[in-house]
Amino acid sequence: MSEVSIIGIGLHPFGRTPQRSGMEQGVVAAQAALADAGISWKDVQYAFGGSHAAGNADTMVNRLGLTGLPFINVANGCATGGSALLGAYMAIRSGQCDVAIAVGFDKHEAGAFVVNPADWGLGNWYGESGLALTTQFFAMKLKRYMHEHGITNDALVRVAMKAFANGALNPNAWRRKAMTYEEIAESPLLNDPLRKYMFCSPAEGGAALVLASPAAVRRSGGRKAIALRAAAIRTRNFGSFEVFSPSLALERAQSPSVMASRAAYEMAAVGPEDIDVAQLQDTESGAEIMHMAENGFCRDGEQEAMLRGGETMINGRLPVNTDGGCLANGEPIGASGLRQVYELCLQLRGDAGARQVPNDPRIGYSHVYGAPGVSAVTILGV
Amino acid sequence: MSGTQRSIDSQLFEWPAGEPRLIGGECKSCGVVSFPRQASCPRCCGSDIAARRLGNVGRLWTWTTQEFAPKSPPYAVTGAFAPFLVGYVELPGEVIVESRIVAARAQELSIGMPMQLAFEPLFTDADGVEVIGFAFAPAPRNA
Repeated sequence: MSEVSIIGIGLHPFGRTPQRSGMEQGVVAAQAALADAGISWKDVQYAFGGSHAAGNADTMVNRLGLTGLPFINVANGCATGGSALLGAYMAIRSGQCDVAIAVGFDKHEAGAFVVNPADWGLGNWYGESGLALTTQFFAMKLKRYMHEHGITNDALVRVAMKAFANGALNPNAWRRKAMTYEEIAESPLLNDPLRKYMFCSPAEGGAALVLASPAAVRRSGGRKAIALRAAAIRTRNFGSFEVFSPSLALERAQSPSVMASRAAYEMAAVGPEDIDVAQLQDTESGAEIMHMAENGFCRDGEQEAMLRGGETMINGRLPVNTDGGCLANGEPIGASGLRQVYELCLQLRGDAGARQVPNDPRIGYSHVYGAPGVSAVTILGV
Repeated sequence: MSGTQRSIDSQLFEWPAGEPRLIGGECKSCGVVSFPRQASCPRCCGSDIAARRLGNVGRLWTWTTQEFAPKSPPYAVTGAFAPFLVGYVELPGEVIVESRIVAARAQELSIGMPMQLAFEPLFTDADGVEVIGFAFAPAPRNA
């Protein structure tokens, strides 16, 4: 048995929930995770939680119970959920506690994220000039990648089609309607080559995971325990191309996703060929394509044929973003990374319903990426 | 200061000047060039960073379009929003600079094409002063 397991999972539906604050959505997710684990809040010894725009996570104790437990707020951009999970993982591995929870939630207004350049160490000129948009970065990284590796617009459409088809099978997804090739390919251009239905949107939602030591797993009966075999986070190297960069080095280096991925494979003692189901950051269609290679699932340029052959669909060789990913779920920053792990647990338990990956998946992989260049990877196994 | 124009940020480029250039930083320890100039080197962490006038010609490294209006603030615009172009331009032997791209349409852009430094009014501030930013434009064929 691994040293850390996930024994409870909970999710508040993603999308728009006007009657609930972001924090209330986090509480719903946390309570669902506790119920799933068959424990109560007073059994939780350590908490890590975060949101980007919906308040201080530790305030949730007003609703969950004033038990005096240590509660660490996490703020790490799009890797907030992954960082909360890493915190809970390390708390258990280090022997600080037997049961910990990682929780994330958010509630963003519609439209692209508002960016304050000073938060990213940039002068006001960067925002005033119209450069402080994450969408531009994704489009420009993608355009360079397509130029170097022969990826075409067809692949971008196929990723989005798959996402919405999977979202249609997921009762907790925001966008639950499959879309045709033409609807995606002819949607308005936002940042060339990316179109409206190739981008995820800021949204709302909550997700929570209960982690346990081997002793706590035994106490809980261990019916649903999924081993957390690796959790790794990395930031930028000199020479990688990351969001909000007024300049880039002439030399190229590996991305934080490549570094986090390699560290996670080493921790779990598995390789990409062992992964049965994967959730990869799909801020936009091209991100999923580039992240397939950065996480070791193919060589640069092979994605075009893989997508045309349906290899990353639910019934394909390597199902990717089986719950519809960020494209169909939207991106509540604090919750997004934990949603991926929630989905992997469902898949590994065989509880994913209409979107269940066939062939008894044993090992799952999740990856998030966010500004200003941070990646978090987890590997789960039954 | 008087006049009807000002630089968007006095640290970025020489203005006014006869032949204005971007001002980067060059690490005296490892030679790495970055833009804008910052107090320490992103590669070797050295802290002896000299100002360096960057070259004014290069090649387009990547690009995209901005078809929708960015949120204001931080975006500053006078009058109606018009879509614009953004890219990275590789200045040979120095650094790759992110910039708006002017005097071109999207259909005319391709990775690797020669570009040259340009300056453009971005918006008019609350005092009625025209604010100048840097940009790159396609270089004339025989430049």
